[in-house]
Amino acid sequence: MVADLFRNLFSFLNRGWLPYLIVLGHMGAGTLLVYNLPRSNLAFLTLMTSFLSLYFFRTNLRFKLISGIVLTLVAIPVLGVRNIFYLEVIFQVSVFAALALGLNIVVGFAGLLDLGYVAFYAVGAYLWAFFGSQQFYVLHYAPGTQPSDLPFLLPGDTFYLFLLLGVIVAAITGLILGLPVLRVRGDYLAIVTLGFGEVIRVLANNLDKPLNFTNGPQGITPIQRPTMPDFAVEWFNGLFGPLIGHPVSSANMYNLMFYLMALFVIVVIIFVTKRLDDSALGRAWTAVREDETAALAQGIPLVKVKLLAFAVGASFAGIMGVLLAASRTFISPESFSFMQSIGVLAMVILGGSGSIPGVILGAATITILNLQVLQGFSLYLNELRQSDAVIPIINFAWKDLSTQLDPAKYQRMLFGLILILMMIFRPAGLIPAKRRERDLSKYQSP
Amino acid sequence: MKGIQRYVNVTEIVRPIGHLLAFSVGSAALMSAIVIVLALILDRTVVGADLMDRYNVSLYTYTMINLPQVVIDGLTIGFVYAAIALGYTMVYGVLEFINFAHSEIFAVGAFVGVELLIALDATGVLAGATLGMAYAYLIMALLAGMLAAGGLAMAVERVAYRPLRGASRLVPLISAIGVSFLLQDLIRLVESLTTGQFNRIMPTFGNFDQRIILGKLNMGASNITLGISIKSIIVIAAAVLMLVALNYLVNATRIGKAMRAVAQDRGTASLMGINVNRIISITFLVGGLLGGAAGVLFALKFTRIDPFVGFFPGLKAFTAAVLGGIGNLTGALLGGLVLGMLETFAGSFMGVFTMGAAGSEYKDIFAFSILILVLIFRPQGLMGKHVGQKA
Repeated sequence: MVADLFRNLFSFLNRGWLPYLIVLGHMGAGTLLVYNLPRSNLAFLTLMTSFLSLYFFRTNLRFKLISGIVLTLVAIPVLGVRNIFYLEVIFQVSVFAALALGLNIVVGFAGLLDLGYVAFYAVGAYLWAFFGSQQFYVLHYAPGTQPSDLPFLLPGDTFYLFLLLGVIVAAITGLILGLPVLRVRGDYLAIVTLGFGEVIRVLANNLDKPLNFTNGPQGITPIQRPTMPDFAVEWFNGLFGPLIGHPVSSANMYNLMFYLMALFVIVVIIFVTKRLDDSALGRAWTAVREDETAALAQGIPLVKVKLLAFAVGASFAGIMGVLLAASRTFISPESFSFMQSIGVLAMVILGGSGSIPGVILGAATITILNLQVLQGFSLYLNELRQSDAVIPIINFAWKDLSTQLDPAKYQRMLFGLILILMMIFRPAGLIPAKRRERDLSKYQSP
Repeated sequence: MKGIQRYVNVTEIVRPIGHLLAFSVGSAALMSAIVIVLALILDRTVVGADLMDRYNVSLYTYTMINLPQVVIDGLTIGFVYAAIALGYTMVYGVLEFINFAHSEIFAVGAFVGVELLIALDATGVLAGATLGMAYAYLIMALLAGMLAAGGLAMAVERVAYRPLRGASRLVPLISAIGVSFLLQDLIRLVESLTTGQFNRIMPTFGNFDQRIILGKLNMGASNITLGISIKSIIVIAAAVLMLVALNYLVNATRIGKAMRAVAQDRGTASLMGINVNRIISITFLVGGLLGGAAGVLFALKFTRIDPFVGFFPGLKAFTAAVLGGIGNLTGALLGGLVLGMLETFAGSFMGVFTMGAAGSEYKDIFAFSILILVLIFRPQGLMGKHVGQKA
């Protein structure tokens, strides 16, 4: 009933010039709101959801492309530099979107549940962390005892080479890990990959002896940032300075640069994913996902096809790991816990496994929930704690609330709820993959 | 005697105890032999020389002195793993489904038991309790933990797994992972709202912390006392009791027969008049009861618990279940013992054997490596029969 009403309204709005007006209006409103109210979460959400209306309303492809480019390359950089926190949120969204797209290949396309996916992310991150820092000269010191005047091993320029190396090394790691485990059946594979993920984390934690490779739980810092061309800051200030209202420092410029790089990587990943999905390999993945035995009978080399899925998925995580290490200038094993793997899995499941726009939507939703909603709730609780407010009926003073209750740390609950609810009510995700829509229909009727 | 035998199937009680004895002795002997041989070999190399330099003791002597205590510790931890592994293996046997949330059900059991004891401790009963009463309180905590965990397991099955029955294999597994994460934070939420902190310490009472000295060993210049704490004995005894009871339930009662029927063929079982949903519920209940008991025992042995306490024991118990052959109760037992032994031996001797390069911090990896090796070379486990994948 409500759904019908909604569908009718949507198709009514989708006629003639109306969708163009709506999309432009939404984008304009979002941009103006964020420009004028840089601290408002609601304004930020308006801006972010304009991507959704851009995706859903029926406009022609050229309009979509141009609007998307204006939004991502002009509006967001300008607005983001005005409030660097948003740029950080968007950067995180892009990092997780790339991870989710990578996991999507493994889980969504090939149907292999990988619970240790961040291991590859860690491989990429530690790769640059080791070569792009002083760690090489720290090899013979115990953590914390090294002299302070050590040089960096490689100059910042080599970062760009390491983006490529990250892809290759992570893909090789994917092959090495995949080779022994891929003969294992579906649900076992999940647990084994979980084990591998933990192995990588434990190694990162403990490879500070006999030779200090990873600096143990303290993590590696400082890690070099890539060199930025000198003219970039001047050029950007000259072009956008009047709009932003203040000159941009080079530190903020770095945030912008990493955002653009992440965006670039995502565009490449989307392109690769789309091409793969339409290729013979993509069809082989689908076949393996739907029925392994039948796929084998059709002459699909199971292990090879699965290995390729593992390697491709891993390579996406590898390049993002390199990017993460450079942008944070600090990494520690903590960032590569099992929870992160499940977080990425939750993004894939929420958005719709196998569906590219779905997975990106899932990544954006969960990251924003994580960084803004949960943390906003935490701040709100803290304010309540400091006030004299009392819950009326049960007569509970807010300041008696335990300080251990910090919603920002309840990501597990968020991930858990998303996984359970999606599996029960909408296993195909928010934006189901086109092909999956057909496949899952048999589960809809009991 | 004949009269009893008509009602009680004695063989089903004696058999698992026999298995237990054989497995314990066997795994202990095997591991000891390996370690002793390794020690004898390494004694001639730089490793032995290094140890001689630092502590003036040969590697062989060092190994022999530590060995009995390591065996005892390995047995204790092995029984804990075996008790948790039973929960996994039972559910897997009946549903072919990895109950990922079992580790949190275990944690809930631990928390309920420990909270009950903490509450009792606050009233002051525990401190002044006689020995008999102390054991009564412990049994009370065990029962509370078991009931809470059993009820929770049933509820989880009803809410999060039953609607997904019939979907592809990965769907309920993902849901189970979700339940596991949700429960971890729910425990944390409830604990921080009610007590203000989520690290809980088991109160000390009774004589559980005392050690029974089994003997003194003199080896060269050093001597070492060999002992076992009373709580380890309790853990072992309780685990044995659980194993025997479960084995009896599955192999010698009507409910057990129904369970085995459901495990073999759900459709046919329901045609034979078995209420499949009820049997699956009972399976989860029993798994939860065992998990809860294991949780309280774990808290007794290791004293400190937090909401994430279930994760690693859960994973290792799963490894144990796979190692023994998942779906096979005796196999879970064997797997638990072998894994407990391996882990304790690795934790105690790896550091010395590798000259400190890789010590006990790698013992968690050890379990995973075993899991991976078993799955590659013998996916049906040590005792499992090879079965094709059910459609």
